[in-house]
Amino acid sequence: MPAAPGLCYIFALMSDTPPEHDDFIHSEEFLHGLMKRQLRLSIACAAAFLVVLVGLPLANYFAPDFMAQRVGGFTLTWLVLGVLFFPFVWIIARIFITRSMALEEAEVHLAAAGNQKRKG
Amino acid sequence: MPASAASFDPWILAFSAVTVIVTIWMGFRSAKTSKSASDFFVAGRSVSVGWNASAISGEYLSAASFMGVAGMVMLSGYDALWYPVCYACGYLFLLLFIAGPLRRFGAYTIPDFAEGRYDSPVFRKIAVCFVLFIGFFYTMPQMKGAGTTLAYIFPGLPYWVGVAVVGAVITLNVALGGMKGITLVQAVQYWIKMFAISVPVFVLLSVYGGYGQNLSVNQSAADASTPAAIVQTVEATPTPRLALPEKAPKDEAWIAPFGPLTTKAAKAAGLSAEEAKPYSLLYTFSLIVALVCGTAGLPHILVRFYTNPDGVAAKKTTMWVMILIGVFYVFPPVFGVLGRNFLPELYAATGSKGPDKVVLELPVLIRQKYGILGSILSGITCAGAFAAFMSTFSGLLVSMTGALAHDVYGRMLRPKSTAEERMRMFKWCAVLVGGISVLLGALVEPLEINFMVGQAFAIAAASYFPLLFMSVWWRGMTMKGAATGMLTGGLCALFSAAMVNASTLASDKGPMGKLFSGFSGLNDFWKEHPLLRILCEQPAIWSVPLSIGLMIVVSKATRKTIPADIRMKMLVLHAPEKLGLKQEYIQEHQGAAH
Repeated sequence: MPAAPGLCYIFALMSDTPPEHDDFIHSEEFLHGLMKRQLRLSIACAAAFLVVLVGLPLANYFAPDFMAQRVGGFTLTWLVLGVLFFPFVWIIARIFITRSMALEEAEVHLAAAGNQKRKG
Repeated sequence: MPASAASFDPWILAFSAVTVIVTIWMGFRSAKTSKSASDFFVAGRSVSVGWNASAISGEYLSAASFMGVAGMVMLSGYDALWYPVCYACGYLFLLLFIAGPLRRFGAYTIPDFAEGRYDSPVFRKIAVCFVLFIGFFYTMPQMKGAGTTLAYIFPGLPYWVGVAVVGAVITLNVALGGMKGITLVQAVQYWIKMFAISVPVFVLLSVYGGYGQNLSVNQSAADASTPAAIVQTVEATPTPRLALPEKAPKDEAWIAPFGPLTTKAAKAAGLSAEEAKPYSLLYTFSLIVALVCGTAGLPHILVRFYTNPDGVAAKKTTMWVMILIGVFYVFPPVFGVLGRNFLPELYAATGSKGPDKVVLELPVLIRQKYGILGSILSGITCAGAFAAFMSTFSGLLVSMTGALAHDVYGRMLRPKSTAEERMRMFKWCAVLVGGISVLLGALVEPLEINFMVGQAFAIAAASYFPLLFMSVWWRGMTMKGAATGMLTGGLCALFSAAMVNASTLASDKGPMGKLFSGFSGLNDFWKEHPLLRILCEQPAIWSVPLSIGLMIVVSKATRKTIPADIRMKMLVLHAPEKLGLKQEYIQEHQGAAH
């Protein structure tokens, strides 16, 4: 694994030198992009979850007969809510965690690159 | 009631006693190793992902999950399934929006976060109140679980004695052990609960037929109109079931959505089934909002995220918590379904003798076929119930006591107190909080366990959830905006829930009915206004938007008071920890203080 440029920055921060405030990390540009990317990921995952969460009562309301058909003794809606909902949420959580860790890694690189650029 | 359940069973007592003794022993043992104040509050922040996930799950799976969900599914059918599903899925919201940033910010408690984010000691005082409000609402159902279980183990024992005994034991344990003990105890208790709920289900299903098979006995209205189902493998051998008493809901109402739970208010107002349906939909949505947002705002769960070593670990922990509790929640509804078929006499009883004890009593039925195995399994579920209310009550007690000792005493009353004085105060506060919880718990026997927990979630959803969500994602928030929104939304939800509880207690036929008889006029009012009753019973659908709306409006009006270093705060909340901004932030703050 190549040495992360971000590490140099961390070591610089951990030393006793006073923090610099005009660098890229402290800029509005970095913070704005950071929050936007994080929020976009969170909202995308939440939307996938909410579609099913809000959709199920609506399906029960507007298509009661369809949701009441039997699947191995369960009604369809019971099977979805009582059993299948849990693995569905795990999948969303898994995707979110993988992506958000990758996002963090990318942010560290971006921050280091941005700092170098400013100094250069 | 079967004759077997009316007599004292040594097996059941033995299993329960072992659980209690092991819990107390672990508490005392770890009390010796936890010395410093930070040990007490967040376990020195050195808990591994596996332990922490088990501990959070152990603390989260309360009497509501272990006993209440099964009881409510038995009583109300399909609609009650929203509870376990949203209890588990609320964690997703926590993961997506709150867990990572909160951990990066780093503080012991939610009031710490409130103070740090807005640089306002006043706001801390406001935020602390809700730790206590939500906490007491949450302890009431735990106490009912305790009273119900003890009344089951010792037939004839009054409900309130069970509440008092369990309350006293746990309070003592917390006062001596602190959270370091609790982490270990909670983790072990998750696995006790998982074992105790799953093993009896497998045995019961092998004796009484599968989950789907037992559900198929309940004919829905749609079954009559569409006899050809997709997969109908079980129709040939219907499970025999016992006759349902008069008070039990009918099959078609029980198995289908929009059943007794969500139509109660509309039915009481005399509306027809068709007219009641929109009300039910509203009820369902409000319940979903309360449970999903409420999970993300429970103070005793959030404090545990600070015990993760870093933000990545906090995320991994949440993932594991979701798996651990998701697997768990598949099981309690099975008890409800089997209880409907094989213990229908519980429908006729109320309070601690009603459906809330189906998890405890159902395994006893096996005694007829397999003798002692039935007693052992019932002993195991009783042990699980003990683990459930003991672990959640301990966790709540630590949070509430922490708020009193750390915030009210340590910061407001006597800021100059020594660490030793604070430790002593922690113990006294534990006794105080434990005492109040027992008193409140003794009042609520007629209310359903799961329903009460749902109310605590609704209050959390309208107070802490908007605070955390908005503070993390919107830099325009001011302290005044946050405080106005949190206080108004949270208190509205609290009063609505309390009003509904008081009116329900007023219609009780026992002693509580007399005590709360002053509120019986409310029941007539609800009959006239079913919509208001639903909005008070499930307040989240209006109180959460109200809270967020107020936060936005008041913050905009007071935008001059946005903290000066808001960009730095936002960076600490959102920037990857590898960039080390937190250390820098702390250094600066210390520099400013000197």
